[in-house]
Amino acid sequence: MFLINCPFCGEREQSEFKAGGEAHIVRPKQPTELSDDEWAEYLFMRKNIKGVQFERWNHVHGCRKWFNMVRDTSNDQIKAVYKMGEKPPVE
Amino acid sequence: MSNNLRFKTSKFIDETYRISFKFNNKTYFGFKGDTLASALLANGIHLVGRSFKYHRPRGIMTSGSEEPNAIIQLHDNSSRTEPNVRATEVEIYEGLVASSQNCWPSVNFDVGGINNLLSPILPAGFYYKTFMWPASFWEKYEYFIRKSAGLGKSPKVADPDIYEHNYIHCDVLVIGAGISGIMAAKMAAKNGFKTLLVDEKSYLGGSSIYDNSEFSKINNQLTSSWLEKEINEISKLENLEIKVRTSVAAFHGYNFLLARENLTDHLPINQRENKVRQRLLKIRAKKVITATGSIERPLIFDNNDRPGILLSSAIKKYIDLYGVACGENNILFTNNDTAYETAMSLIQRGIKINAIVDNREQIDSKISYEVEKNNIKIYKGYTVVDTYGYRRINKISIMKLSKDGQTVIGDKTKLNCDCLGLSGGWTPAVHLFTQSGGKLKFREEDQVFIPNVYPSDQISIGSCNGDFGLEEIIKNTLSSIKKFLDIDNSEYKTVETISGLNQSKRNIWLLPSDKSIGKTKSFVDYQNDATAKDIKLALREGFRSIEHVKRYTTTGMGTDQGKLGNMHALGIISETAGTKMGEHGTTTFRPPYTPLTFGTIVGRNVGEFFDIFRRTPIHDWHVANNAEFENVGQWKRAWYYPKDNENMHQAVQRESKAARDSAGILDASTLGKIDIQGTDASEFLNRVYTNAWSKLAVGKCRYGLMLNEDGMVYDDGVTTRLGENHYIMTTTTGGAANVLGKLEDYLQTEWPELDVYLSSVTDHYATISVCGPNSKKIVSKVIPDLDLSDEKFPHMSFKNAKIDNIKCRVMRISFTGELSYEINIQANFGKSVWEKCMEAGKDFNITPYGTETMHLLRAEKGFIIVGQDTDATLTPIDLQMDWIVSKKKYDFIGKRSLYRSDTIREDRKQLVGLLTENPEEVLEEGAQIVSDVKKTPIEMLGHVTSSYYSPNLKKSIALGVVKSGKNMLGQKLIIPMENKNINVTVADPVFLDKEGKKLNAKL
Repeated sequence: MFLINCPFCGEREQSEFKAGGEAHIVRPKQPTELSDDEWAEYLFMRKNIKGVQFERWNHVHGCRKWFNMVRDTSNDQIKAVYKMGEKPPVE
Repeated sequence: MSNNLRFKTSKFIDETYRISFKFNNKTYFGFKGDTLASALLANGIHLVGRSFKYHRPRGIMTSGSEEPNAIIQLHDNSSRTEPNVRATEVEIYEGLVASSQNCWPSVNFDVGGINNLLSPILPAGFYYKTFMWPASFWEKYEYFIRKSAGLGKSPKVADPDIYEHNYIHCDVLVIGAGISGIMAAKMAAKNGFKTLLVDEKSYLGGSSIYDNSEFSKINNQLTSSWLEKEINEISKLENLEIKVRTSVAAFHGYNFLLARENLTDHLPINQRENKVRQRLLKIRAKKVITATGSIERPLIFDNNDRPGILLSSAIKKYIDLYGVACGENNILFTNNDTAYETAMSLIQRGIKINAIVDNREQIDSKISYEVEKNNIKIYKGYTVVDTYGYRRINKISIMKLSKDGQTVIGDKTKLNCDCLGLSGGWTPAVHLFTQSGGKLKFREEDQVFIPNVYPSDQISIGSCNGDFGLEEIIKNTLSSIKKFLDIDNSEYKTVETISGLNQSKRNIWLLPSDKSIGKTKSFVDYQNDATAKDIKLALREGFRSIEHVKRYTTTGMGTDQGKLGNMHALGIISETAGTKMGEHGTTTFRPPYTPLTFGTIVGRNVGEFFDIFRRTPIHDWHVANNAEFENVGQWKRAWYYPKDNENMHQAVQRESKAARDSAGILDASTLGKIDIQGTDASEFLNRVYTNAWSKLAVGKCRYGLMLNEDGMVYDDGVTTRLGENHYIMTTTTGGAANVLGKLEDYLQTEWPELDVYLSSVTDHYATISVCGPNSKKIVSKVIPDLDLSDEKFPHMSFKNAKIDNIKCRVMRISFTGELSYEINIQANFGKSVWEKCMEAGKDFNITPYGTETMHLLRAEKGFIIVGQDTDATLTPIDLQMDWIVSKKKYDFIGKRSLYRSDTIREDRKQLVGLLTENPEEVLEEGAQIVSDVKKTPIEMLGHVTSSYYSPNLKKSIALGVVKSGKNMLGQKLIIPMENKNINVTVADPVFLDKEGKKLNAKL
């Protein structure tokens, strides 16, 4: 079970959190302008990387804040956590 | 049985404390300090169980948690019964009752033993191969297979014991209190680390604590004496907590470990009352030191499973720790020096050793010379080829090994014995390390897997790290702990060791025999009766992956997870397939290391705490008034209120009629309530609901439908504008938490620029809904100051009011289609206001109704229930709710998806009403809807989602989803049931009061 460093609360057990899928997928500002394919790309297509992945997490049984995490899915090492709106760490 | 099996030489056995216990209905005696296994051996009992598949007689094989054979049923036929318990781990206590498993009528005579004779036709994969055809026979086969599967019997009644969970946070966790674990714990604790030391046994020191051999000394003292002083010292350290009888079951990522602490299982039954039996420790350690030791390997040869055959190290432990001789005529069979330690322990007590059979041609160690000096015959370069004796070994035959170890040569020699000790070298106990995600490497020299890559801040030391010699263990423990903890002071000045053992070993995974492999039974996995022959068969049949071979042969799939034989299985696979060991990797070690009881896993979460439920503030009134309850999400909701032996149907019919004829009252407190505030609240609602919100006046209510981004209906409810920048949203009961989560998600991640704040207030308010033509009269009695006239208080509006000076909100909204008022008041006043309404409604036959009547009433009006009539595949268009989807709004959640190629299909399933040909016939919810029953396969058009008998319409009504249903009004369809076909007609889903006159009805 992970020990997750919530950017607002500090280290907490994984059981307090909920994973929210891939990070940095921006909801299109003008959905009506998009073709079916473009909309489907936003709606359905997600990466499933073996290796370093950017994810959304929610401290659902804590501060209820969403934040981002960089995690290596091959060994579950959490490389970084950062607040929504912040730039993802390079490297 | 002879009396000379017990030797008064062990300080771990208290001979002044005699304990009686029962095994297979017979009473025996042992002493305090005994395990069930040692006490049985002291009574001359080896045969304790039958094997899983062939029902072969099996004896105690080991002295610890790796035991494959001696698994017994504790306290059969009692509420405390427990199956598959290892006799080697049970400390005996007054009142202990144990029995053998997997045998009938008794362990000495077992009818299932016939399977042993049938074994030629019971090869690996027998069940897979045999019971495949014909497929329809499976149900018949299954009955018999289930009966013969499994070993012990599970309890029939609730577990009366108490269990609990504890969280532990520490700097350093040391697993295993053998010589290296003790040293590591001392070094950690003395250097300021908050340390926890756990061991699965009842004593500290591991196998070194009974090592009184002159051939392994530390600082010129016996190993046991040196270690005793160390233990004495650490037990006084403040920084160190020590837990014995504590077995680490699982080692997860981020140094999170689960351990079971056994608190009362060793106590006499009468001292256990009201005590916690076992604790599940949830340990989060900054650093973990694994010192779990190693497990001795058996040797694989024909008939290597008879009672009386034990691991050599177990024989040593039984005599050194428990003072029990496993036999009177012993033979040791080995490929390395450790068996000679066992020999010395036996020699010291004058126990007879008939011979030592050693695989090796050359043996060159002090200890072996010492054994030879005692006139013990050592057969060098020999192997055991067979054993004899049904319920107990009585003879073995041996032959000379060829130079390459692949065949046997020369004549067969028979040797008598009543006990055979096996020593095939040692396997590091890397189970926990690999559970944590660690990667192993294979060490060619002595054919062992050892830890290689650590996934977290942890280290393995001692023999679980592949250090087997005493000097190596101590030297490497000191240096690696110093480095691991980054400390200068090791707490140990000089530690000098003497060892008379040599680390040479002649490893042969499957020993050769004079018989062909097909005629041998060389057990690799004792518990699951998997033999070398089975593994070779699997390879011949094309299996290559170790994981596949494991499942096909069931090697390593018993309750012991193959702690003894897994390495041999790998070895035999490599030798047969001609590959290198290590290339195949190992099978996956999964938690728990040793089985856990369900009680330990659930802890205190039993009974009403198993799955918590929520009660409304009016709950007690419902209970007092005979309500039946329904679970909705976590809530207990009043379902219906039966009167005078009414059944559910009768009660619901009465309630439904009363609500429409005069007045009904519903506890709606469970509806989710979200308080929304902020200058952008209206804009926010515009974006999350399908309809428009900007123009909703303060004091007005509006029904909203919420979609997922994929266009499918997610939730619905009425939202009220309390002020310019203040709304209160209601959600479905079950969806409340998810809706809040979803709204927070959009606010925080997509629209952080919006000035909106959300707060769940579900629990803060009690919600009482009074409906029916007389509801206005009732509410006016409860709140006389409130003007309820249609002009001042029209449908879909809200008023602030007071009941006895307590503020409340009253909404005129309706889920039943009747004139209806919803009173929201601070939760703790909910019950008293409910009672006031009941009192005020007395003259109007006010009738409390539950969720079932609510469902019926709304179905009459064709109102959907999200989650019952919808299932995340229906858009608002599918539901014929186009009217609520704004065409003007530029965007809202899910809008773009409403005109994807799939969502605009004409033949999607759409919500329709269904009327049965026979108005008395009520459809079954979930029933299939078809148009043609003659064509096969029958095309499925849809299914029934809601169905009731309406007492107000005096006929059966139903809602359902049907392909292209929108265009089928008036069309006849069929509901095929088991015994009949029911004819239905597609109808408008609004069955009652299409014009909505009732909303303003007065009586």
